[in-house]
Amino acid sequence: MTATSTKILTGRMDAHPADSHTIERYLATGGYEALRKALETMAPEDVAAELKASNMRGRGGANFPTGVKWGFLAATEPRYLVVNADESEPGTFKDRMLLERDPHQMIEGIALSCYALGIRQAFVYVRGEYPRPARRVERAIAEAYRHGFLGNDVLGTGFACDVVVHLGAGAYICGEETALLNSLEGRRGEPRIKPPFPAVEGLYARPTIVNNVETLSNVPWIVTNGGAQYATIGPETSAGTRLFSLSGHVAKPGNYELVMGLTWREFIYDIGGGIPNGRELKAWIPGGASAPWFVPDPHLDTPVTIDDVGKHGSMLGSGAVVVMDDTTCVVRAAMNIVQFFAHESCGQCTPCREGTGWLQRMLWRIENGAGRPVDVDLLLDVSDNISPGLKWPPAMTTICPLGPSAVSPITTITTYFRDEVAAHVEEGVCPLG
Amino acid sequence: MSEWSAAIRERARALVARYPDRRSAVMPLLYLAMLTEDGDLTEDGMRQVAEHTGLTPAQVQSVASFYTMYKREGVGRYLVSVCTSISCMLLAAHDVLDAVADETGVPHGETGEDGTFSVEHVECIGACGGAPAVQVNYELIEGVTPDKARELCRWLRDGRPEVVFSDEMQALFGGQRSFEWGPKEPEGAVAAVPAIAHLGSAAGSSSPPSGGSPAAQPPGGGST
Repeated sequence: MTATSTKILTGRMDAHPADSHTIERYLATGGYEALRKALETMAPEDVAAELKASNMRGRGGANFPTGVKWGFLAATEPRYLVVNADESEPGTFKDRMLLERDPHQMIEGIALSCYALGIRQAFVYVRGEYPRPARRVERAIAEAYRHGFLGNDVLGTGFACDVVVHLGAGAYICGEETALLNSLEGRRGEPRIKPPFPAVEGLYARPTIVNNVETLSNVPWIVTNGGAQYATIGPETSAGTRLFSLSGHVAKPGNYELVMGLTWREFIYDIGGGIPNGRELKAWIPGGASAPWFVPDPHLDTPVTIDDVGKHGSMLGSGAVVVMDDTTCVVRAAMNIVQFFAHESCGQCTPCREGTGWLQRMLWRIENGAGRPVDVDLLLDVSDNISPGLKWPPAMTTICPLGPSAVSPITTITTYFRDEVAAHVEEGVCPLG
Repeated sequence: MSEWSAAIRERARALVARYPDRRSAVMPLLYLAMLTEDGDLTEDGMRQVAEHTGLTPAQVQSVASFYTMYKREGVGRYLVSVCTSISCMLLAAHDVLDAVADETGVPHGETGEDGTFSVEHVECIGACGGAPAVQVNYELIEGVTPDKARELCRWLRDGRPEVVFSDEMQALFGGQRSFEWGPKEPEGAVAAVPAIAHLGSAAGSSSPPSGGSPAAQPPGGGST
């Protein structure tokens, strides 16, 4: 087994494409054995200890260590587990695959997590644009109940665990955990001021753990094989495998389960097949639309790990890698991303609500030949009001990181492509046509 | 229709019962309200959501107005959503959007006069590996070209399918996918409401899942 071929999450769907989503296939390939092992031989705190030992960092985008997050859960009852299946970061389509192709892996992860944390009610918040994944999950939940893996008396042990699917309705911001909780409570999806954190005051002001689909899908493997074993996979601070969504101008787009630590060159060229149509690589987004972009010089031979990407001024985020070739107008690409954040701003905080729209309008006029010489500096000035100092990780003038995310493409294009931006203004037309 | 039928009220109560707090049922009930009106979210619908959740109609409207999938302006028989976020944009999604708008005669954000089509461009729908992506009533098609998008619109207009299935449309009009989809899904969408059993919005060939709502329920909930 080579270092990059370890398959924790995608082995079953690769080997059994016709029925990896069914409980029959799941059971035939060792499914729900981790739950049986935990309920029959482990105390809840033992399961939590394995997660801590695994060093797994959450796969939703913030990369916070899951075991540590679990440790913050307050003791008062009732407590809730909320699964964040509101995958909406542009470029990201990995959780969709886990939900559709191996829903039982996540459901077993939910049951194990509920056992570890003393929780009996879980919610799976699936984005509204994912009806097909949601149907698969709902059917899988019904199967799990029939087989006694969910319900009032799981496997006859007295452990109780219920799971309810909740559909979102088209709001990126609900992927932010406190906005998600408001949405699940039947409110507008506006982020809450933290603290208090959800682990203390979450759903219905009760202690709540919010974990991502991929995060929870790793839990059965960790319980089966031990957290220490998981921690040995990949670099020390980027343990485990990771699902990357590769898209854009690349020969072989798709989801790839990789051990972190390879270089960007290896990922984009060897695994992704390089840039099609004989074009050259111009830039790529290493971790979803919120992340500052990377460029071949100096980033192509740097390692794909959480820490290395952070050190170079960006983030691995949700694992979404978007590749742009040399036909791409960076102003147009940045405008597209800023427009996304302007559209998805919830409107609570003035710097984000007003700033994202202002940035979008400035980029539009630069792209369309009406940019003024002052606009390049004005872009940075407005950005500085959303995210003071324009540093990384970003400082915030807002409740949540959405506003600062809109600044990422601005700092990228003014750092690495300032001449191309200036050419738009000087020539009064997009130089790339 | 102004008042919900007994069958719809029963389904509403079942949705409320899924949560510790009835306010949480606002979102599924808004979908239910749309389903009873062929995809439109009406004042009457929101008033009845309020009754079932203990909120005021104004509170329900406040929630509904936050989310793009609650169509208070009404919606056509087929909602065609073209993703134009970054990965799709890089692969010429705007040409697909132009083709859809031209073929249907319906510009972005509007509904055609005959009520057949609504057309919108949407932000990322998680199909970036199969860009450009399109949804019809939230059922996904990946790897769509402008020509295939035109064919899709003609197929919808001429055939007027009662239920749209993602797999069928993908086979006819799609191309590159984000990943291997696996076997066909037995259920599809009856209106511009995400198709899922617990809402009663999914229809198709399968038997209803155990413990769930009947799967093959027409919009409006049938007889009372």
